[in-house]
Amino acid sequence: MTHATGTKYLKNGMLPHMWCSGCGIGILMGAMVRAFEELEYTNHETVVVTGIGCTGKLDDYLTTNALHVTHGRALPHATGVKAFNPRLKVVVIMGDGDSVTIGGNHLIHAARRNIDVTAIILNNFNYGMTGGQASGTTPEECITSTTSFGNPEREIDICALAEVAGANYVARQTPYHGWELKENIKEALNKKGFSLVEVVSPCPTHFGKNNEMLEAREMLLWLQEKSLPVEKYRKLGVGEKKDYFAVGTLVDRNAPDFNTRYEEIRKRALEL
Amino acid sequence: MGREIKLMQGNQAISEAAIYAGARFYAGYPITPSSEIAEICSRVLPTIGGIFLQMEDEIASIAAVVGASLAGAKAFTATSGPGFSLMQENLGLAVMGEVPCVIVNVQRAGPSTGLATKPSQSDIMQLRWGRHGDQTVIALCPASVRECFELTVKAFNFAEKFRVPVILAPDEIVGHMRESFEVPRAGELEIIDRKKPSCPPDQYLPFEAEVDGIAPLAAYGGDHVFHITSSMHGPNGYANNNPQNASWRVEQLHRKIDLHRDEICLTKTFDTEDMDVLMVTIGATTRSGRAAALEARKRGVKVGVLQLLTLWPFPEKEVAALARDVDTVVVPEMNYSGQIAGEVQRVVGTEKEILRVNRYNGTIITPRDILESILESRSGQSVRAGG
Ligand SMILES: Cc1ncc(C[n+]2csc(CCOP(=O)(O)OP(=O)(O)O)c2C)c(N)n1
Ligand code: SF4
Repeated sequence: MTHATGTKYLKNGMLPHMWCSGCGIGILMGAMVRAFEELEYTNHETVVVTGIGCTGKLDDYLTTNALHVTHGRALPHATGVKAFNPRLKVVVIMGDGDSVTIGGNHLIHAARRNIDVTAIILNNFNYGMTGGQASGTTPEECITSTTSFGNPEREIDICALAEVAGANYVARQTPYHGWELKENIKEALNKKGFSLVEVVSPCPTHFGKNNEMLEAREMLLWLQEKSLPVEKYRKLGVGEKKDYFAVGTLVDRNAPDFNTRYEEIRKRALEL
Repeated sequence: MGREIKLMQGNQAISEAAIYAGARFYAGYPITPSSEIAEICSRVLPTIGGIFLQMEDEIASIAAVVGASLAGAKAFTATSGPGFSLMQENLGLAVMGEVPCVIVNVQRAGPSTGLATKPSQSDIMQLRWGRHGDQTVIALCPASVRECFELTVKAFNFAEKFRVPVILAPDEIVGHMRESFEVPRAGELEIIDRKKPSCPPDQYLPFEAEVDGIAPLAAYGGDHVFHITSSMHGPNGYANNNPQNASWRVEQLHRKIDLHRDEICLTKTFDTEDMDVLMVTIGATTRSGRAAALEARKRGVKVGVLQLLTLWPFPEKEVAALARDVDTVVVPEMNYSGQIAGEVQRVVGTEKEILRVNRYNGTIITPRDILESILESRSGQSVRAGG
């Protein structure tokens, strides 16, 4: 069997991409287009919606339909696309700033509404595009260009947030886990209802530089070391858990998605 | 078959006209004095194959409208004051991405929460300049329930034809007013749908304007695959920061409106054939203004009224033509800053006197307010209005 390359979803003449060497976004893009290929997605049925940031630039390289919007607002745009045409495959690509900082409210409500889109969130713990400022996922004490003496605030757990808000599917991976990432993206794409894949990723240029992970290799190894398959992670004691994060499928359930529920309500309205 | 006469609220007429124009998607967040539009859409849209979404805020509402429009819907939202402020960033996106959609802003008094729910005409400049960056929009303002209906249909037609967001901005008085009117029959008013690409899919350029200044727009899910972006982009919809391309884009966004300004600038005139005083009015103030003009004529002052149904692009030609031979121009409006008066002054020049009649306390300008101002300015002394 030949492995999927996903190159048919990449626009001719656009490469090399803009991302720094060692950045995780390229690996995320590779995993995503391979997933598209294995699931036989076509360009015309696929809409990729992106926000603003290094991660949000991803649509520049794609041949699918795309909608590149404002910072933090990719999910409500995607909601409009999907709600009006449920036959479309809608994939939303965001950074951690986009998705859970400026756009956090939309994430909560997209999950609660259970709109059938797949959110892929690259979490590099900071705002890459604007020069490495702190975001809602910057861990406490970490150094960024706006927390020079250490971050006084606590970070948010993207996956936990999506779970309590009602997402049908939640997974976490890292660029160290390219294959698993592609597999989780496929599961997310196949899931009806709101699905989310968090990709914990290096930003050697900003976050890495400020937090003694200047080399992309060091940061990838750190990701390998700190990530535990979810089954193993769940067996850890409370005290041990804080040193690791779980990767793999964290939530998998089948509540009816928005469009299904809307059609049920429509039937009721028509019967009156 | 005759037209049906119905008693309707302005906001209801807007909702019914939107559906008449083909709207099948509404996303919004409740705010007085616009909420009736959401409520009506929530009841009607599911029964006609449409989608109603109550979003988490106004930012999300207009975002969903943009998304649905690109998926092929005639889509709209309605809000007021604070909600309209929140929509501005994504309204800019609709301008930049050339996304047809309609935004209803039922004007209420600010600043901020201000006189929540009370009428005002103080968003005139926000309609035009509320977003950052170089851009232009179309904004319409009705003065009656009938005009709510007609201008809503126009708003959708302009949005579809010119690939732009169109703002309909009734003041609260008109949005909440009830009047009976002859509802246009199905098929009676012209309905325009956006131009679709006719080229082979691999040749489609979503931002390549045709001779009329407008590029055809496909819908996601069809054969024509396309990119829409809030960033500066070339004809193919991919990001492009080249200076030459950037100038072309900004010019193009303006050109398509400028080319069609005569079709877009809608006005009505009343008794302007023989006048010494020209009154320029918008929205509910038109009603007080017309009453004042009739009363003034009884007292020997010949007043004519020019009602601006289109606020933006500003009907400069129409104002200039009528203002040329009068000695005084009166502009009553429900704001402190004279947002319409300032535009009129810009058009007629600083030599001509503009008589400004302003109210900004959440109550309507009465015919008497306007009449007194006119008579006072003509006689140099205070005259009590009759009645
Ligand atoms: C409303 C608004 N505020 C601020 C910005 C500036 N800005 C651009 S990208 C960005 C942060 C991006 O961070 P993230 O979403 O984490 O993506 P990354 O660049 O790290 O991939 C900010 C603050 C903007 N474009 N729009
Ligand atoms: S700044 Fe960081 S997130 Fe942006 S491309 Fe470079 S490494 Fe990637």
